[in-house]
Amino acid sequence: MNSMLKTCAATVAIIAASAVFADEEANLVVNEEIEITVRTDAPAHSENLSTIYSGWVFRSDETQSLQMDDFENPGMIFVDDAIEAWNAVEGTEGNSCASCHGEPESMAGVRAVYPKWNDEAEEVRTMAMQINGCRTEQMGAEEWKYDKTDMLNMEALLASVSRGMPVDVAIDGPVQAIWEMGRDLYYTRTGQLDLSCANCHEDNYGNNIRADHLSQGQINGFPTYRLKNAKLNGVQSRFRGCVRDTRAETYAVNSEEFIALELYVASRGNGLSVEGPSVRN
Amino acid sequence: MAENVKPRVRVPRDATAGEEITIKTLISHTMESGQRKDGDGNAIPRSIINRFTCAFNGEIVIDVTLEPAISTNPYFEFQAIVPESGTFEFTWYDDDGDVYTDSKDIAVS
Repeated sequence: MNSMLKTCAATVAIIAASAVFADEEANLVVNEEIEITVRTDAPAHSENLSTIYSGWVFRSDETQSLQMDDFENPGMIFVDDAIEAWNAVEGTEGNSCASCHGEPESMAGVRAVYPKWNDEAEEVRTMAMQINGCRTEQMGAEEWKYDKTDMLNMEALLASVSRGMPVDVAIDGPVQAIWEMGRDLYYTRTGQLDLSCANCHEDNYGNNIRADHLSQGQINGFPTYRLKNAKLNGVQSRFRGCVRDTRAETYAVNSEEFIALELYVASRGNGLSVEGPSVRN
Repeated sequence: MAENVKPRVRVPRDATAGEEITIKTLISHTMESGQRKDGDGNAIPRSIINRFTCAFNGEIVIDVTLEPAISTNPYFEFQAIVPESGTFEFTWYDDDGDVYTDSKDIAVS
């Protein structure tokens, strides 16, 4: 009995020692070609953090390596599906995405600046909203459902062509009021557990939450292929999961609140690289 | 036919005799186990890839039986020492009778 207790104590000590990062110095290079910034100085408006980290650095070696090669990254399967959708003519106008935009590679850099202000619509648009804007206005096609397969696949394709480019979301000008609303949501405690986003992702990143490591909650890697459900996951669905875990009633995907929160959280990652489709557990 | 099934294979274009090369294969497939039930409580029928083979110049070098517990999008990676130039042929067998194939040439010097 005594020796068993000692073993337990030793195990606990090891877990505690390795709790922060699997490998603090690990760097991410995709396909031996695209260098990804996974840690950098926090932007000035992220006042409570000095360094920002991609969720990739909090994962185990095995999960990290899946993202280093597109062949092994299961998220890239969905990118392939999206390339077919990119070239498929749909709707009343006889257009595909390719009719206006040419090759998907022409969209390099787009993911990095979303969500952003749309002058004509006078609203903040997430990339998903912009994709649906294209579909209804330019193609005369049906909207895709938010955070469902078709939409996530296309978001993964658009993210993949921007990989390695720094996230650079604007927070001033016409978006400022919505950005501030997102910041307020981030710091507002919700639910029976009375937790705000910051309680976990600012105060406790690197620590264990049950058997898992808390990340900073950066969203530069979305859409994300999660090993737990073997599919792409959208950022607002991830928000829903988090809010639900505080035992609160959650906001809906594509609600005013989550659009504001997506804008705010995206801006906290200004300087990290676009990484999607990333692989997480 | 199962939807969105697409085989992918990576084989080096060339190798030297005696060199150990790495071959990677992946097929997108739902691998429905047959154990799950739909919203109405009815069992969802099993639909998986049940066999994977790799042949080199007509001779089978890998032959795998897959079982329902294997997860979605089965991935196989293995090493080979290739004696001569030739063609790898990869074949996946679906429960519904479909057969998916891919092939890659390799030059050995």
